[in-house]
Amino acid sequence: MTVFLQQLVNGISLGSVYALFAVGFTLVFGVLEIVNLAHPAVLAVGALVAYTLLSTLGVGLPLAIAGTLLATGLLGLALDAAAFRPLRARRAGPLASLITSIGAALILVSAAQRVWGTEPLGYPPGIVPLRFFSAGGVTISLLQIVILGTVMVLVVALRLLMTRTRVGIAIRAVAENPETASLLGVPFNRVVAFTLFLTSALGGVAGLLVGMLFQGSVSPFMGDTYGLKGLAAIILGGMGDITGAMLGGLAIGVGEVMIVQYLSSSYRDAVAFGLLFLVLVIRPTGLLGQQRSREA
Amino acid sequence: MSALAALYAGYSSLILLAGVAALLALSVYVTLMAGQLSLGNAALAAIGGYTAAILTRDHHVPLWPAVLAAAAVATAAAVAIGIPALRLRGIYLALATLAFGEVVRAAALNLKITGGALGLINIPPLAGFWQVYGALAGAALFFYRLERSRVGRAFAAIREDEAAARAMGIKVTHYKVLAFAIAGGLAGVAGALAAHFAYVITPAQASFTEAVNILTFAVVGGTSTFVGPMAGGVLLTVLPEALRGLREERLLLDGAILMAVTIYCPNGISDPRLWRWRRARR
Repeated sequence: MTVFLQQLVNGISLGSVYALFAVGFTLVFGVLEIVNLAHPAVLAVGALVAYTLLSTLGVGLPLAIAGTLLATGLLGLALDAAAFRPLRARRAGPLASLITSIGAALILVSAAQRVWGTEPLGYPPGIVPLRFFSAGGVTISLLQIVILGTVMVLVVALRLLMTRTRVGIAIRAVAENPETASLLGVPFNRVVAFTLFLTSALGGVAGLLVGMLFQGSVSPFMGDTYGLKGLAAIILGGMGDITGAMLGGLAIGVGEVMIVQYLSSSYRDAVAFGLLFLVLVIRPTGLLGQQRSREA
Repeated sequence: MSALAALYAGYSSLILLAGVAALLALSVYVTLMAGQLSLGNAALAAIGGYTAAILTRDHHVPLWPAVLAAAAVATAAAVAIGIPALRLRGIYLALATLAFGEVVRAAALNLKITGGALGLINIPPLAGFWQVYGALAGAALFFYRLERSRVGRAFAAIREDEAAARAMGIKVTHYKVLAFAIAGGLAGVAGALAAHFAYVITPAQASFTEAVNILTFAVVGGTSTFVGPMAGGVLLTVLPEALRGLREERLLLDGAILMAVTIYCPNGISDPRLWRWRRARR
């Protein structure tokens, strides 16, 4: 039981990072109905920017988080201008956006290789002091607490933004129905650009957190693994649904840790994606998603 | 003729790879013809490759029976994923086929018969120019006929408007499964041939990256006729090699080509309008 609880704690702290990353995927899908395959590359760039801030410039963690948010947010704006906006102007289908986002991902990864090299990097030790708290045989590290705390603050902020501010309401209006929203005076292109800013900023911070969680894992190619997991999370939770994506991310994190603990590490991905295929076939809208009227 | 022979001697693996890329692009094109986006073709090709490699290497089966067996197994797999996946549309279908690909990759990594992470090595070198390009010519002829047949027109009708096609009495489900079956067969043949000139096959062949590459061949080439995917496959295999001096910028170039083609010539590089002296005004 103690082992189970311990693994649950580990799973939740890993899953919270997946959740933060998956929210970015799902928001873009909700607003634009496209899968932004450059999102994993943005995660990698976020982790690398944080590396520069933490190691080379030696700033503290709060400043590094703020810097990463801003840097990858701006990257998101550039991404929209280069990859998605030209296609919107032509009313191209979602397949075209999928492909331009793949192209953008290749460019980002290759540029990151140029700047940071291909060797895996690690953040300097001691950004978060190595301290452990235990209760009833379950241990949680200060690092895990910091990660959970950061994710929670960002998610609450996102929730408030989406429900309480004009721009959040505009995003939801566009997600609901782009034509009607435009007719009612919502500036469509600006809302989309802001969505890309927001999601990329969150994705970048997710990269920073992954880099802290797995020492020495920061490289231009780190996005590949998380890309598939993020997709799995949003499918599980229902595409376009923020709460669903977060629960999906947590479920994948916990599930992964549990499969390694109780089954075998080599079948981890097979089990995850096998389940995913079943979810899609049995309940195409995800476990939590609702049927969207626009789909039919 | 000797110049051609010298060219082939120098670049044989590249020339063969280009042929296989064209076959794979055709396999993704056939589902696109019916309006279905599949990201599982790399996995189907890997299934074909493993099947054929096990037959020729361990059981000393000749090439063509092995290729046929590979096509049969890959077709069966494609139909098996095609039928449940038919409830899904658009991006959901793409993601389901993507999940299928990951399952295949994980299975190849873990099964004993597929050699685990190292894959299968020492596959007999049975495929050469005539085998690969013979298969490609056969596929091209098949598509030439297919596009002008009842089946091809049914695919096009489903792609343009599924509901309307159904109302016209087209058996939508039947044709979608058929498209998946043809895609599976082609991918199986391509994978089987590739294994017999690369001499190795690894789980990476079923990866997401590979699936995306195949889709890229088709989209960059253009999907209005079967010529597009073939041109895309050949071009995107040869171009990076031709620009080998720019190896450092290889990824960057790939990305830029993908974006530029999708944004500026949405119908692919095989779009006839691109090749006229003066472009017709729309």
